[in-house]
Amino acid sequence: MTTTFLVVSSLVKVLAILLITVGGFAPVLIWAERRQSAMIQDRLGPSRAAITLPASAVTFIDRARLPMWRLAALTGIVAIVALVTLTFIAVKGSNPLPISTSSLTASLVAFGGASVVLRAGYGVHGMIVRNGGKIMLIGLLHPVADALKFIFKEDFVPPKADKLLFSAGPIIALIPAIAAFAVIPFASSLHWDYLNQVLPRTGEIAGPVVPLQVASINVGILFIFAIASTGIIGAAISGYASDNKYSLLGGIRAASQMVSYEVVLGLTLVPAFMIYASLRLEDMTMWQHDHMWGIFVPPLTLAAVNFFVAAVAETKRVPFDLPEGESELVGGYLTEYSGMKFGMFFMGEFVEVVSLAAIASVIFLGGWDVPFLYRDGFEFSLPFVAASYSVPLVHWLVVAIQFVVFLFKIIALIWFQLMIRWSLPRFRYDQLMSLCWKGLLPISLLNILVVGAFILSGWLDGWVAFFEKLF
Amino acid sequence: MAVEVKVIKKPGRTIAEQIYIPEIAKGLGFAMGRFFQNTFGPQAKKEIDTVKYPEEKVEYPERFRGVHRLTHRVDGSPRCVACLCCSTACPAQCIHIEPAEYEPDDPRHGYERYPSVFVIDELRCIFCGYCVEACPCDAIRMDTGIHMPPSTNRDHFLFDKETLLSIPGRDGSYLTANPRHEPGDATHPGIDRERGH
Ligand code: SF4
Ligand code: SF4
Repeated sequence: MTTTFLVVSSLVKVLAILLITVGGFAPVLIWAERRQSAMIQDRLGPSRAAITLPASAVTFIDRARLPMWRLAALTGIVAIVALVTLTFIAVKGSNPLPISTSSLTASLVAFGGASVVLRAGYGVHGMIVRNGGKIMLIGLLHPVADALKFIFKEDFVPPKADKLLFSAGPIIALIPAIAAFAVIPFASSLHWDYLNQVLPRTGEIAGPVVPLQVASINVGILFIFAIASTGIIGAAISGYASDNKYSLLGGIRAASQMVSYEVVLGLTLVPAFMIYASLRLEDMTMWQHDHMWGIFVPPLTLAAVNFFVAAVAETKRVPFDLPEGESELVGGYLTEYSGMKFGMFFMGEFVEVVSLAAIASVIFLGGWDVPFLYRDGFEFSLPFVAASYSVPLVHWLVVAIQFVVFLFKIIALIWFQLMIRWSLPRFRYDQLMSLCWKGLLPISLLNILVVGAFILSGWLDGWVAFFEKLF
Repeated sequence: MAVEVKVIKKPGRTIAEQIYIPEIAKGLGFAMGRFFQNTFGPQAKKEIDTVKYPEEKVEYPERFRGVHRLTHRVDGSPRCVACLCCSTACPAQCIHIEPAEYEPDDPRHGYERYPSVFVIDELRCIFCGYCVEACPCDAIRMDTGIHMPPSTNRDHFLFDKETLLSIPGRDGSYLTANPRHEPGDATHPGIDRERGH
């Protein structure tokens, strides 16, 4: 692998991660959080931001609807005819028609796709007309409106604030949140030369390999801890630099809370290191790919719950959002921030939510692992029966499925975090601290002991063997 | 009679509540149920209360005090007799009336006046309804069922006589349910300047 290839592929990966987190997840999360809370509370939530089309465009759209529907029906009929012919050929085993099978398949895909797209367009256009020419996209334009507002809002700096630190705070809070993604594997490695082939299930494969992970480093998860603890500095500095007592109190609270929970966060993951016997996240995923998801190993189930609680506390979100407890501290360390600086804190918080979900799914939910999907495609096998059914898939498709499933796991965990955020009331500060030092810390220490016993007594191997027999 | 004392026990906390985790699970379960019902559930089961305002509207309650209107007589002229009761009663002092006399040959001349200018500043008005209460002639009403439409121009909020006369009541009528007895009508009690009290 040449250096150029390495540099280019790394840059592409970094850009992709930025696009997914800052460009994709963060804005959508801003919307999702409000929309989800609304749904819980029987409201509709943000759905009003709209781009209004001129009346002439609306008339045009209205007129275009009927032809669209007709075209959709026409292409649909062609696709169905192609499908029927193809089935006929498949049943008969040979092709007596003057049209080749491949062109039939191509027309099925083309016309079927066109039909679906046109039908969807018909629906969307109808919605626009019904809304009086307003494109609302179920409220997804709200993040755009928010961003515009953030950009054009006055960027206020308190007169006696420490200007440099005040401006550095949001950056220090945002960057580590994004940097944590560097070591997260998004899918299994990509074998560049064999994209269109079905790879063998096991064995080494020659040729250039692109790991779908920005940096494959030895310390792996420790890098995430190191980076995450930098976030403390962001909160503490901005609290200090704001020249506001509420901000200072918020910053202090944030610092002490994050320092405390960092300890727990590290200790809850020690059992995972012991079982996976590696600090690298890609090795952890590989172990889970080979054996089973971490959450199904009994002691790790407890570790997963502990980790999740500690991680929510680490991101300073409800029910642990005391640093910005608005009933006591106005806005905590965010009090004096406005405009895009506030936006950066906000974004950092949401990116942290995403990275937390990503880490949790890599360590406990198998990362990119999809049940029954191997390097050569799906193979479904039933427990205790020798029967199995396999679907061979080409390499790029396998990787794409893994990537999509990984994103899906992240989304599910984010959804769960938002659910927690809107269901639980805030803790008191002493409760927060005693939960950390008297609750989670001893439990995770004990868990380490239990896992040690679990491994040494051979139960782990027994459990793994039992699980493998099951599937 | 002995005073009866009913001891109400302070609701204690059960072990399950103290442990906190079952309660968390219950709360999360409830919220999730709500979420799924409202997001993916069948349309009939959704309990969204939001009204998409400009497109959907909720009818105001019957006694809602909306923008004012000046009621008409059967001939279309304002019922108002420019007695200034309403502008006197108005706590916001937002009614401006300039009374005028009818022409000498008008049967109403010398009996009642009419407003040549009648302006209400709807921006200043606090919608207390005192003007409606004060009016002896049922000439001013707030039963239009509409609120003041928003505008970026203050002048749009100054409703003059013509505007006020052009707004119908909620039932679409410019009149009121109370009939008016004009001088000269058979139903008129016969008290006017000519015939004396
Ligand atoms: S509603 Fe009240 S404030 Fe408004 S005009 Fe009538 S008396 Fe004045
Ligand atoms: S509206 Fe009624 S109270 Fe006001 S001046 Fe006219 S008659 Fe008098």
